[in-house]
Amino acid sequence: MAQTIVVTSGKGGVGKTTTSAAFASGLALRGHRTVVIDFDVGLRNLDLVMGCERRVVYDFINVIHGEARLQQALIRDRTLDNLYILPTSQTRDKEALSAEGVARVMAELQQEFDYIVCDSPAGIETGALRALYHADAAIVVTNPEVSSVRDSDRILGILAARSKRAEEGREPVQEHLLLTRYSPKRVQEGEMLSLEDVKELLRVPLLGVIPESPVILQASNQGIPAIHMKGSDVAQAYEDTVARFLGEERPLRFVQQEKSSFFKRLFGG
Amino acid sequence: MSFLDYFLGTRKKTASVAKDRLKLILAHERSDGTPDFLPALQAELMAVISKYIPVEKEQISVHMERRGDFEVLELNVLFPDQR
Repeated sequence: MAQTIVVTSGKGGVGKTTTSAAFASGLALRGHRTVVIDFDVGLRNLDLVMGCERRVVYDFINVIHGEARLQQALIRDRTLDNLYILPTSQTRDKEALSAEGVARVMAELQQEFDYIVCDSPAGIETGALRALYHADAAIVVTNPEVSSVRDSDRILGILAARSKRAEEGREPVQEHLLLTRYSPKRVQEGEMLSLEDVKELLRVPLLGVIPESPVILQASNQGIPAIHMKGSDVAQAYEDTVARFLGEERPLRFVQQEKSSFFKRLFGG
Repeated sequence: MSFLDYFLGTRKKTASVAKDRLKLILAHERSDGTPDFLPALQAELMAVISKYIPVEKEQISVHMERRGDFEVLELNVLFPDQR
């Protein structure tokens, strides 16, 4: 039986798709059969971030509407042969995601995979609700910034009330906080909420911290999931995040500012 | 913040301002003053009640409040004077 993980946030632009791509790739690197699904109907982007945009023929919505079989829509990852991408439609609207249709596809994927990663759209409308409905675990992607923290709190409330687990009165969705675009330097300068602050505000266990880094843009420019950017801080931070999700103990890295020179400390910068 | 800034006191710690503001707003939103569905509920109740009794919109009010461990949904309908 597969485990279903939703990557969600409420707010847009915080790193949901980047995280979905990196996290799903990380699970596959660990040998798990993994599928990552784009729920952002009308604004598909997971295919670009995964670098498979030119191989999309059929999509999630085609499968829901019976216009294609699941096997026809699943795209095998460029580098990992146990990772598949289920892209979404660029042309339809979010209402095309019928609850029954999504449930049918999820049931079919359950048979084939160990992990199903659902990349949620921003907002709290149909697409986001469908993405979180089947979740066993949720990764709430949050930036250390007021609007992102507030929206994350909102989405945590929705997870607790509107998921299938909540409706059926089963054990609640396992919640994980992933702090992204974190800048230890700015935290130390008192300009950015610290990871302790965000943990205290949201009261959700911290799964990982991804540092602010130019590598993220370099990765998406090329359609390479950030976890493959060998030797970079973000790749290592995502590897740690996946390891922790799988139950390993890993100390937090990249959360302390590197020591700066005497002159820098004196004059700022 | 540089050493000189520290002495000159030129910069405020904005992160702590952010934290304080978030503490307040999250506490408020979690205690849920008005759940999202209340306005819709009020409109639908209004539609049903006015089918049978001539009432104005202002004469129906719906409130939700927390009392200890449970929540109370209170519906108030003010009937028009019978003359």
